[in-house]
Amino acid sequence: MRIDISRISKLANLSLSDEEKGKFEKQLDETIEYIDKLKEIDTMTVDPTSQVTGLENITREDEVKPSLPQEKVLSNSKSTHNGLFKVAAILE
Amino acid sequence: MNLNELTISQSLVGLKKKEFSSLELTKACLRQIKNQELKINAFVSITEEKAIEQAKKADLLISKGTNSPLIGVPVSIKDNFCTKNIRTTASSKVLDDFIPPFNATVVKLLEEAGIVMLGKTNLDAWAHGSSTETSDFGSTKNPWNTNFLPGGSSGGAAASVASNETVFAIGSETAGSIRQPASWCGVVGLKPTYGRVSRYGLIAMVSSLDCPGPIAKSVEDCALVLEVLAGKDSLDATTSDRAVPKYSKSLNNSLAGIRIGVSDEYFDGVDEEVNEKIQEAVKILEKLGAKIKKVKLFPPKYAIAVYTILQRSEVSSNLARYDGIRYGKDRSYFGEEAKRRIMLGTYTLSSGYYDQYYNKAQKVRTIIMNDFDKAFKKVDLIVGPTSPSTALPIGSSKNHPMFGEMSDALVEPSTIAGLAGINVPCGFSKQRLPIGLQIFGPQFSEERVLNAAHKYEQTTDWRKYKPSL
Repeated sequence: MRIDISRISKLANLSLSDEEKGKFEKQLDETIEYIDKLKEIDTMTVDPTSQVTGLENITREDEVKPSLPQEKVLSNSKSTHNGLFKVAAILE
Repeated sequence: MNLNELTISQSLVGLKKKEFSSLELTKACLRQIKNQELKINAFVSITEEKAIEQAKKADLLISKGTNSPLIGVPVSIKDNFCTKNIRTTASSKVLDDFIPPFNATVVKLLEEAGIVMLGKTNLDAWAHGSSTETSDFGSTKNPWNTNFLPGGSSGGAAASVASNETVFAIGSETAGSIRQPASWCGVVGLKPTYGRVSRYGLIAMVSSLDCPGPIAKSVEDCALVLEVLAGKDSLDATTSDRAVPKYSKSLNNSLAGIRIGVSDEYFDGVDEEVNEKIQEAVKILEKLGAKIKKVKLFPPKYAIAVYTILQRSEVSSNLARYDGIRYGKDRSYFGEEAKRRIMLGTYTLSSGYYDQYYNKAQKVRTIIMNDFDKAFKKVDLIVGPTSPSTALPIGSSKNHPMFGEMSDALVEPSTIAGLAGINVPCGFSKQRLPIGLQIFGPQFSEERVLNAAHKYEQTTDWRKYKPSL
């Protein structure tokens, strides 16, 4: 067993049933065994590639442009208050 | 021939000559959808009213002599593209009631080009998979045999085209999600170069790989759609400002002297029937004047490992935003596959493992890209099987945590390097399931890829076979 399932599910903000925890533990272990194949490859002198476009420092003019109206932005939320998203308290 | 069986180019000719109206064409597609959906389940939502309205508008514009390139042509859109005022679910219950207030750039461009939207097609939930079996709205079935999978994640898109429920479809590919279902459903699927088509409004899976593209009945149709979709978008900073060629104008160029590479590494573990058909296809390309050369490529098994790490990691990050506050439902609505992927990605990105997994994968990604650069000094294109097998039976993906990666083994390396590639049908198995040939080239080689695919397609008769529904 390589993965601390309870710790990772907390980091991922997912609540898992005991059954799911058991199943995932086994399956994730299998997947990790597969991805560990990469250890066979020497990457000591290789730089990482995070994107393939070769584009760098793409910027745009800092101009004010019309955006979605407030009621549109809030239209999919189940919990709003005075034109704002309403969330549960996170500070005591 | 029924109108819904037409290709885009045939539809455009008929509409222009007033042989039929867009409304008639649209109604023929809607009729086929009604007749086939119980069997195929390609759609999550059918937008009949909007389709009728758009078709009437198109007919009016046609009567005035419009130049819109896709005027009046019906299309299905994969349900991970945001469509203004139309439910967009990514086939997940988390977004069951999400109504986007804006259009994805791809949708905006298609509407400007005059299309008629028939509805939103099914996918693996969040595009996680290669079967559509992880969809929260039930699996799509393969039109060639409904006991088999259509592939995925754009399985609904490919099945909607193969069953003639639409003239063409828009899918998205992260690693195989256009080409593999196109292969299993016997249709053409084009995965453009990363950055050629805007991702704005496409629900993000792996941001460094995601790419929209067409699934259609002919190579020419894919070229026509790419002409509309390709180009710089100020809303997606990864899009390229390179000029967009008239892809449909170079389809008939001669293949004389074109160097086509074949790599033994891409035939490892491939079904014998698939292997035979690919070898026949290579001979046809040779007869068309191409020079066939052996190339040695980095083994795809390492690309699978790289992809798995990048995919899980970027998924855990991209799906972190779903908290049910601004839109959608809370995280308890995630299906099993999404949870499994978020978990692994959270692990590979977590403190102490980042270097071992994510960073290591990004380094091997560099090696794979350099390997392709080297290969493309010797050849212009590379061909091979799109998928190691024909469509697998319904249920095959269950309890295989890496089902998708394995069925997409042969398209993952090119994806990781952001290359352009296509699937074109190249025969059938004894079970009468389609087999697909993949042709891919360097970044921004769409003209060459489409040219070779078109010449091959026109020399063979595979496109003329249709599933008996």
